[in-house]
Amino acid sequence: MASICFYFQVHQPYRLRRYQIFDIGKNNNYFDEQKNFQILKKVADKCYLPTNRLMHSLIEKYDGKFKISYSISGVAIEQFQEYCPEVLESFMDLVDTGCVELLNETYHHSLAWLHSKEEFKRQIMLHKNLMKSLFNFTPTIFRNTELIFNNEIAKFIQELGYEGIVAEGADQILGWRSPNFVYTPKTANKIKLLLKNYKLSDDVAFRFSNKTWSEWPLTTGKFVSWLKAVNGDTINLFMDYETFGEHQWRDTGIFNFLRHLPEDVFKAGIEFKTPTETLRANSPVAELDMHHLTSWADTERDLSAWIGNKMQDAALKELYKVESSILKANNPELLNQWRRLQTSDHFYYMCTKWFSDGDVHKYFNPYDSPYDSFIAFMNVLQDLNFRINSNSNNLNFNKKELKEEKADLSYIN
Amino acid sequence: MFGWEFPPFKSGGLGTHCYGLTKAMTSKDIEVTFVMPKAPGKVHSDFVKLIASNQVRAYQVEGSGNLRLISASSSISSPYLTPEQYQAMLEKHSEFFRKHKNILSMKGGRVLIQDDCAALSTSTTYGQNLFDEVFRYALKGEEVAMVEDFDIIHCHDWMTFQAGIRAKAVSGKPLVVTVHSTGFDRTGGHPNQYEYDLEKMGMHMADRIIAVSEFTKSQIVKHYGIKPAKVSVVYNAVDHDVLQGEQVQRLNETDKIVLFLGRITIQKGPDYFIDAAKKVLEIDPNVKFVMAGSGDMMGMMIDKVAAMGIADKFIWAGFVTGKDVDRCYQMADVYVMPSISEPFGITPLEAIANDTPVIISKQSGVSEVLNHALKVDFWDINEMANKILAVLRYKELNHELKQHGAMEVRAMTWGKVADGTIQVYHRTITE
Repeated sequence: MASICFYFQVHQPYRLRRYQIFDIGKNNNYFDEQKNFQILKKVADKCYLPTNRLMHSLIEKYDGKFKISYSISGVAIEQFQEYCPEVLESFMDLVDTGCVELLNETYHHSLAWLHSKEEFKRQIMLHKNLMKSLFNFTPTIFRNTELIFNNEIAKFIQELGYEGIVAEGADQILGWRSPNFVYTPKTANKIKLLLKNYKLSDDVAFRFSNKTWSEWPLTTGKFVSWLKAVNGDTINLFMDYETFGEHQWRDTGIFNFLRHLPEDVFKAGIEFKTPTETLRANSPVAELDMHHLTSWADTERDLSAWIGNKMQDAALKELYKVESSILKANNPELLNQWRRLQTSDHFYYMCTKWFSDGDVHKYFNPYDSPYDSFIAFMNVLQDLNFRINSNSNNLNFNKKELKEEKADLSYIN
Repeated sequence: MFGWEFPPFKSGGLGTHCYGLTKAMTSKDIEVTFVMPKAPGKVHSDFVKLIASNQVRAYQVEGSGNLRLISASSSISSPYLTPEQYQAMLEKHSEFFRKHKNILSMKGGRVLIQDDCAALSTSTTYGQNLFDEVFRYALKGEEVAMVEDFDIIHCHDWMTFQAGIRAKAVSGKPLVVTVHSTGFDRTGGHPNQYEYDLEKMGMHMADRIIAVSEFTKSQIVKHYGIKPAKVSVVYNAVDHDVLQGEQVQRLNETDKIVLFLGRITIQKGPDYFIDAAKKVLEIDPNVKFVMAGSGDMMGMMIDKVAAMGIADKFIWAGFVTGKDVDRCYQMADVYVMPSISEPFGITPLEAIANDTPVIISKQSGVSEVLNHALKVDFWDINEMANKILAVLRYKELNHELKQHGAMEVRAMTWGKVADGTIQVYHRTITE
């Protein structure tokens, strides 16, 4: 019987202020501290803290048999540290139980893969070090932002020494195949692939509270009967952690669902496994060949939520254009701000795909429109450019000053 | 249908609406008899029958098909006033009404009795004006209603409300009124009492009200004491047949053009536009601001621009008509509608139809239906300037706004407006 593999994504971006053209050259405070604080507090109260408590109690209750995994972005962790340290502590407690696996991702939850492989690698290493220093955990499985995946990424990640990758069980990847087995990428036979079962995952993450859904209300009994009917080795339930209490509010019954799920799962004779346990317990049933980039977003499962319109492409291009000068500037504050601007959410806010329909994109957008988010982002980039230039001028100036000082000293001597 | 304007006799959205609506309706097998105050000698319409309401028993009929246009030859040279004339008449007339309060008393659901109108029309002091015209039109409306055959009466804005009420009284047919704007919009929140009374009466006597936006519906509910359930919202549309294939005129090689197009009155927020212009020029001096329109604040605005030392950056185009409107939009890099209270606002749709991106005030009905536009609070001049500069500076923003805006606006047709209006008719008749 297939085992269950849970992976939850934990992420919060640093949202930008409504940065105006008049701020350029005068104000390098790009991020909306108040809004970021408010959102983090709200999500902590509604989701992170109560869900972590529940997870902890389930792990204790079932004596280590209930297992889960997280990927927690570096920018989310920084915000926990800054605004709500108890969230970070509760994640540490969870990892200490030994029943929680942590995945490795880009520290800044970025789209760096698309524009700079070097920066991509640097951010993976930053995140790996963060996992080690905070949780004393060394991840063996990689998860790319928004589960963006193709052959080339698989090869790159294999070379970095990982055992596996999690990706979307998109129809484009699988074709007639089932997501409920372990696969290996055609280009990277040393690593294994875990693919999201999007039907069962989305039943919980998206449809749980949808009263027009024919299966509503979703009970644990019903859900476990579907899990039992699965033919395969693993059922990969991957979703945003914010599903619990934030996307699906408490009054939908999502916490009761989660609380009672393990009991029914065990009764049905099904096990929980972490991603690494799942990989090690199963041999790949086939090679998968994926040339095109896929992701876990929307129904297209492609990258069109982040790239493709002219604003998104221009913003990304301009952002990565300054990479070498930022690195040369040797200014930690500039570098950090540049990296926070790489977070994928900024480009998601600029998506015009379904703006007219007022759907999920609108709900997650802190701006009134994709145009407003683009304006703020581009204004910030102009200021960043301005500072890079003045920074390099300052550096030259300082060098010159030093020389002059030396000259003066020699005169005294 | 009682409408005050019909192209080419129009000064704003009302005439545009009446034309687009009746044209679409007649193609849906609705027969429309349109009554307007001025003999439309120049109107060439193949779908319209016009009736001159001053010669009801011998009216000229123009056009053919499902729509007839009835016009009232006017005793004054034109019932369509300049905003300055309009304001002056409004003030004079409300003074008259303060002195003769009894005229406004309602008698058996009728607004005015014949004597009142006689008194008005013999009044030499206040003859020859718009309000006189409104009453004459109302009387003729009643006569039209006695001889014409119809199922429903439809009025547009306060000038026609009395005609509609009288037509309803003599025919017993239901009355629908469309509110294109209220006195509150036109005056920056301080409506003229006389206008307000007529508006309120029309709305209360109507069986159903059509508002051009939720924004206007909320004004109607808040200021005129109407129950929300009585008001249906039908949004406006735009004529997609714009000037094409003409070389776009530029001012010079470098300067970008920011356009204001509308009446230069308090409602349209010209002063906020100028304040934002000043901010824009502090960052980018290679921008020119074109103000197309006229109005009672024009002199003041010219003085303001001069006092701010940016007179050389402004071009005053005056009141533009016909294809010159399209030319204005096409030569502009961005169109700004900074209205402080705009019931709908068709001009942004016209700008987009001419492939020009728009910045619109959030205090407008059109902002409810237009997603692919930049939106600002009219008082937030920093943000207005920020967005003007952003459109001029970031070509990708410009491109996306144009592309998606065009798609969105293409779906806004008068056919849909007609469908919405016909639905309201059916509902009114069956109720």
